[in-house]
Amino acid sequence: MHSNRLGWLLLAPTLVILFFFGVVPFFYVLWLSFHQWNPFAANPDIVFNGADNFRALVFDAGFLASLGVTLAFVFFAVVSELIIGYALAQAFMKDFPGKAIFRTIHTLPLIMAPIIVGSIWKLMTTPSIGIIPSLLDSWFGFDLNIGTSAVAAFTVTVIMDIWHWTPLVTLTLIAALVSLPSDPFEQAQIDGANKRQIFWHITLPMIMPAVLATVFIRLMDALRTVDEVLMLTGGGPGSATRYLGVHIFKEVFPRTNYGYGSAISIIVLYLTIVACWLLYVSLIAPRNKKG
Amino acid sequence: MQKQRTWLYLLFWIAISFLTLFPIYWLFVISVKPAVELFSTPSIILDSVYWQNYVDVFNDSTLRGYMMNSLIISTGNAVLVTSLGFLACYALTRFDLGGKESIFFWTITNRMAPPAVFLLPLFLLMTQVYKFGDFTLLDSKIGMILVYCTFNLPFAIWTLRPTVDGIPKELDEAAFVDGASAWTVISEIIFPLARPGLAVTLILTWVFAWNEYLLAATLTNFNARTLTTGLSEYVTTTGTEWGIMATISVFTLIPALIIFSMVQKHIVAGLTFGAVKG
Repeated sequence: MHSNRLGWLLLAPTLVILFFFGVVPFFYVLWLSFHQWNPFAANPDIVFNGADNFRALVFDAGFLASLGVTLAFVFFAVVSELIIGYALAQAFMKDFPGKAIFRTIHTLPLIMAPIIVGSIWKLMTTPSIGIIPSLLDSWFGFDLNIGTSAVAAFTVTVIMDIWHWTPLVTLTLIAALVSLPSDPFEQAQIDGANKRQIFWHITLPMIMPAVLATVFIRLMDALRTVDEVLMLTGGGPGSATRYLGVHIFKEVFPRTNYGYGSAISIIVLYLTIVACWLLYVSLIAPRNKKG
Repeated sequence: MQKQRTWLYLLFWIAISFLTLFPIYWLFVISVKPAVELFSTPSIILDSVYWQNYVDVFNDSTLRGYMMNSLIISTGNAVLVTSLGFLACYALTRFDLGGKESIFFWTITNRMAPPAVFLLPLFLLMTQVYKFGDFTLLDSKIGMILVYCTFNLPFAIWTLRPTVDGIPKELDEAAFVDGASAWTVISEIIFPLARPGLAVTLILTWVFAWNEYLLAATLTNFNARTLTTGLSEYVTTTGTEWGIMATISVFTLIPALIIFSMVQKHIVAGLTFGAVKG
């Protein structure tokens, strides 16, 4: 065929842009993470300090608290989304009128900007403005205040994430369930299997690839949740909803401790890379080989 | 019996749809209420519609500027990444480039990385390194268009690759035999056939750029500020202008909703890296 030079030429703009805005920032932040640099401090020079930043991070209560609440948030959000999403996908398998409309409505949150989702839930849950605290108060006498209660704020961020992302789980699982062959289910019923046995021994193993794909994608996205939480709670009260991305945003720029901020960024990136690697090795690589 | 079940599922999905739609409806309710009414007991029913917030937002020249910036940045970015992604996919599917699978996967890692990680290095690079004379990329529309490439360009390559790969290679080979140039082949043969895929990519990347907040909040001050960052300016510790905030949210939401109706079927495939066909 014709020369590969043309191929490289066509690829070049992409590679150049991703080099300057992906590769260079990555190595820059990696390099900075081994240095001490605060341009507004008494000594504004960039000084190599080895692994000091990372050593300090291990004892940084703020960072550890952020890591803790992030993992809790990701766990509760992703597990709930998986359970609710599966239930909804099953409920969608039955025949009832208007399926297409319900599916469309259910897809709606997926296209919405995270910051708008945050804004919507802020309007829903802020005391005196929101309908939810007002209803909870008049029905149960329960005082929901996301500005003062850590548990309330954390719970509302989880519910917001469920509202925003459960549709993705539902739709991927619907796609998986629709493509299942009916023979094994008929055979199992003839053999007298009950519903629970059918779920654990037939449905679940057969939709496992889709479940895993969904879990990893949700995991990656939940790990980097920033915009909506920043909008809803600003990371508060205290550090109750200060998830890693929010922590970086709030910590790095106001404190202008760029070396230390870089170390935080690198650790967060490392955690995400582990998740990505799992996603690639277990799902995308085998899929590409097949196709 | 069967009939009753049908009703049950119908009711169930009506309830679920209510849960999905109510928060959006509530956003609208807040946006059409005068500020004084907001602090009385919240009520679900809308007895009068007050459009003043919309008039205020529309007459605010700063916000209009933000809206224009959002439009320019997301359109510029979507066109750029779709064009470059298209050319890159042509290169990746038609040429025997060494290590092209590694390149392909490497582009995707740029999308998977959390944007928060890149805030600091991008901020420092754009203020200190990526500048030409007095012009820095920080707080410039062209800067934001380029920054958004980090997540949108990999997405474009990822979604366009199957489309370009699916166009029979015999077509371009036959054209080359007839003496056509590479440019003619790409523009006259591949482009028309890839058009549906290109449209979906263009639309989805446009929405992703339009919806972005974190990078815009860090890398712009005034000149290139977008609507999403304008929204956060109305949320302060001293007092939030709830009506205005809701109205800007509605403004930000509308284009996404219009687009939603066009690409609904492709959203799930887009959000799952094509792992699931929705």
